[in-house]
Amino acid sequence: MRMDTDTGMGRPFWLALAMAMALVAVGVLQSWNVAMAILNLQLISALMALGVNIQWGYGGLFNFGIMGFTALGGLAAVLVAMPPVAEAWAVGGRGMATAAVTMAGTAAAIWALHRLIKVKALRGPAMALVFVVGLALTRSFYSPSVAAIEAVDPSVTGFLGGLGLPIMVSWLAGGALAAAVAWVIGRITLGLQSDYLAIATLGISAALVAVLRNEDWLARGVKNVTTLPRPVPYEQDLQGQDWFVDLSVRVGMDPSLLSGIAVKALYALLFGSVLLVLFWLSHRALHSPWGRMMRAIRDNRDAAEAMGKDVTRRHLQVFVLGSAVVGIAGAMLVTLNGQFTPASYAPFRYTFLIWVMVIVGGSGNNGGAILGGFLIWFLWVQAEVGGPWLMTLLTSGLQEDAPLRQHLLNVAPHMRQLVMGCILLVVLRLSPRGLLPEPRGRHGLAQQRNGTEHS
Amino acid sequence: MPDPFLIGEAIICGYGDANILHGCTISVEKGEIAVIVGPNGAGKSTAMKAIFGLLTLREGSVHLGGQDISTLTPPDRVAAGMGFVPQTHNVFPSLTVRENLEMGAYLCPQNIEDRIEQLARLFPILKERSRQPAGELSGGQRQQVAVARAMMTQPQVLMLDEPTAGVSPILVQELFAKVQEIAAAGIAVLIVEQNARQALSFAHKGFVLVQGKNRFTGTGQDLLDDPDVRQSFLGG
Amino acid sequence: MEPPPHPSPVDSNVVDTQAVDTKAETKRPPAPWRRPLWIAVGVALGLAVLSMVSRDGGGIDLLNALVRFANFVVIPGISYGCQLGLGALGVTLIYAVMRFSDFAHADTMAFGAMGVILATRVLQGMGISAGPLPTALLALPFGILGAVTLALVFDRAVYRFYRRQRAAPVTFVIASIGAMFVTNGLVRLIIGPGDQRFADGDRFIIRVQTFKEMTGLSEGLALRTTHVITLVVAVMVVLGLFVFLNRTPLGKAMRAYADNEDLALLSGINPERVALWTWIIAATLATIAGTLYGLDKSFKPFTYFQLLLPIFASAIVGGIGKPLGAIAGGFVVAFSEIAFTYPYRKILGYLGFETDSLVQLLSTDYKFAVCFIILVVVLIWRPRGIFQGRVI
Repeated sequence: MRMDTDTGMGRPFWLALAMAMALVAVGVLQSWNVAMAILNLQLISALMALGVNIQWGYGGLFNFGIMGFTALGGLAAVLVAMPPVAEAWAVGGRGMATAAVTMAGTAAAIWALHRLIKVKALRGPAMALVFVVGLALTRSFYSPSVAAIEAVDPSVTGFLGGLGLPIMVSWLAGGALAAAVAWVIGRITLGLQSDYLAIATLGISAALVAVLRNEDWLARGVKNVTTLPRPVPYEQDLQGQDWFVDLSVRVGMDPSLLSGIAVKALYALLFGSVLLVLFWLSHRALHSPWGRMMRAIRDNRDAAEAMGKDVTRRHLQVFVLGSAVVGIAGAMLVTLNGQFTPASYAPFRYTFLIWVMVIVGGSGNNGGAILGGFLIWFLWVQAEVGGPWLMTLLTSGLQEDAPLRQHLLNVAPHMRQLVMGCILLVVLRLSPRGLLPEPRGRHGLAQQRNGTEHS
Repeated sequence: MPDPFLIGEAIICGYGDANILHGCTISVEKGEIAVIVGPNGAGKSTAMKAIFGLLTLREGSVHLGGQDISTLTPPDRVAAGMGFVPQTHNVFPSLTVRENLEMGAYLCPQNIEDRIEQLARLFPILKERSRQPAGELSGGQRQQVAVARAMMTQPQVLMLDEPTAGVSPILVQELFAKVQEIAAAGIAVLIVEQNARQALSFAHKGFVLVQGKNRFTGTGQDLLDDPDVRQSFLGG
Repeated sequence: MEPPPHPSPVDSNVVDTQAVDTKAETKRPPAPWRRPLWIAVGVALGLAVLSMVSRDGGGIDLLNALVRFANFVVIPGISYGCQLGLGALGVTLIYAVMRFSDFAHADTMAFGAMGVILATRVLQGMGISAGPLPTALLALPFGILGAVTLALVFDRAVYRFYRRQRAAPVTFVIASIGAMFVTNGLVRLIIGPGDQRFADGDRFIIRVQTFKEMTGLSEGLALRTTHVITLVVAVMVVLGLFVFLNRTPLGKAMRAYADNEDLALLSGINPERVALWTWIIAATLATIAGTLYGLDKSFKPFTYFQLLLPIFASAIVGGIGKPLGAIAGGFVVAFSEIAFTYPYRKILGYLGFETDSLVQLLSTDYKFAVCFIILVVVLIWRPRGIFQGRVI
């Protein structure tokens, strides 16, 4: 397959232009507010796809736990930006600390037993005993503290609160939190081969989200945190400003409409700069000696191992880096929404859709992943609109109240799953390396070999 | 002179862009044992695979009993009367010995009992271990099962790719003795063998391949006596 | 080089009756079921000791405790274990033959169950019922037909292309994600994302009230029709599958193909035929598992998607590629999920330990976490699972 020649400059440019045109079309045909809303989520999706591409495209790691890292980023937004709840700390802080200590103690004891007891028959039961006792002890501190914390004004707080810092800090914190958790998870699971890793990470993300949903003391669980501060002004505040009203008159647009667009544009500016910076960094990384080594490991693990590369360590690096990027995107997402809703984290939306983006865009190619993020998010949103439209068209021959028509119209928004699956399968079949394939040979080993011949 | 029973003639083939065999010819008659020997990388196993159809020929042809079989797939060649024992992975490890034999006869499952009975006379292990998974057998035992599996189709040609790799020296003797018995029953046997001296000592015909070409051809004894062959390939 | 002898699920029943030399016999590691057996014995002994130690004022009631345990842990566990095991059986077969983890399998279950529901509605509309049994049992063939058709369409349209290319397993996995999206979309389009109840017939074989009256215990034991049907159907299906795999030429050919693809091709085994039958069997198993699960609980597309994780966990815990392992894994996962999330307060109460706390190790919402922990523990300490399956 010779695609390398036409991917030089032309293809990315035309695809990006087409994407921009599509957004403009939405702006003109639907509304600029919708177009800006799509753009913001496209930027975040692109960032998530970039993170996954770092893991999959650079390292060949099959991470199906993207949802978990996104949620961790969201958690970071809550823990950083919400004001601390002093009362909750007062009633439950000490108990929680003790519970943390006993938990750590239990883990240490189990680890020690695993090391110390040589008799295999004894080891299992002893560890199980310590586990049960430790769990009971931890719970004895934990349960009353949790009850106390959650009883503190449950309709508003009922959790420990955060640090009360500006929410932009949480983007970094989200990355750091995701990276830290990824390090632990990576230590456990990165020895596993592709399919096992995928399943294990899928399980971890489900477990992580289960924690976020249930531990109300941490981030209110399914009661949601809805009062997150914003990094940009509120629409109402803008509308109250004289200069803004003047501006809206000059542009000839309703102030409330313009304020919505302006706020979204500010978000887009922030998200866009983060995306650009991270894109630039990862581009640099990919074309550094480190990036070449990563791809060498991905393409031929055994050879790289034989050359003395510590493959598991390298994999841990990309796993942590990629997860950090996803964590940043997760924090940005919660910032954009202004609320943290653990129940909304579903693997379809936050894991598999991102994978569709990476595969369709072009694995191994950062630009491709970003394009995939833009394109797939656009289609995902538009399919929800287009599905009912299509169904209305298809069923227009039927009676207005025909049960089949009613049913089809009701379920039409679910067309998008079908559409996504078909897109994925078609791209995988016709262009297995994605719309913007990784330019192989240009920066790879072959290039290096040619280079030395010339010099 | 009539055509040989099985002949791969002037074969050119290889992997990727490179050719491994450059016009080599291998032939064997019914009831005869032919051995392909040669240094590492000479294309011995490649020749075997080319004759069995695991590699596509770029030039040359394969004839079995006067029929051109060059374009047949390996399973079709099995049906046409060829039996092949790969060098490694030549049994189904989690299937029992008996099931391995049944799989050998997958294409023609008629009177399977008779054939197992016949083969069991040659390889008693087939009866003794019939219900044990083949993966639990020792290397030599597994090789016997592998040969028996290939014999289940009652082939006219039996092809063995390095059958003694990983088999202890005592069992090598035994295995070769069985192969001679098989040939004595009127079956053409083609063997690729590292153990050149031992194999040539009982072979009716030997082919010495070097860099994908026939270097020496003759009866086993002739090759063993040839000073050039001895010097170059048999270590004096 | 001699590979370590491994007890294969297929031959374990015959090896013992066969005169194998004693050396080989002693070298074999302890049978995989011994460990669970010891654990069971340990638990029983523990219960016995508990019943003696905790005797204060005669407030101990072992029988009631056992009945409650059976009612809330054992019976649901068996039922759920069968459902998971059947699902995992499909995953493990697909893995054994085609060497990839089929992420669409949970959605295939939903698709098959959806077919059963639709057929049930039609049958109910025609006034046909199975008497005391759920009508869904009669509708099962239609659901199986639907799921098999879907699986074969995917095989023809998607997987066969990659199989002929001998593509890497990851490509298959990604393709299966595409299939998952499509199947999921189809299910939502056809039946909608909502909850569907389609169990009819008699709900109970033994009601709590009847049991209490019969035995005079304060704890009741309910035996639901769906539980019994699940067990009976699962046993029948598994026995049928094992007879198929071990006794029929096609089944043996499938095992041979899973064992050594190249040699199977040499032997004239047609890979397309093997793939075809693997999909037919896997889709059948998926439909049965999905229907049993739906009868037992209820049908909701999203719930089925969430079954993916426990199913994979079961297949891996049992040893991927090993049919018997899938069943065992299903039970391990099911019992762990239930045992870790069940509140034991009342049972402990019967045993003489009165407490205020629920004595629940983990909240019910953490059942995925339990699944995941089992998975990680198994992967780290016994990566090939209980039955020594393949290393992926």
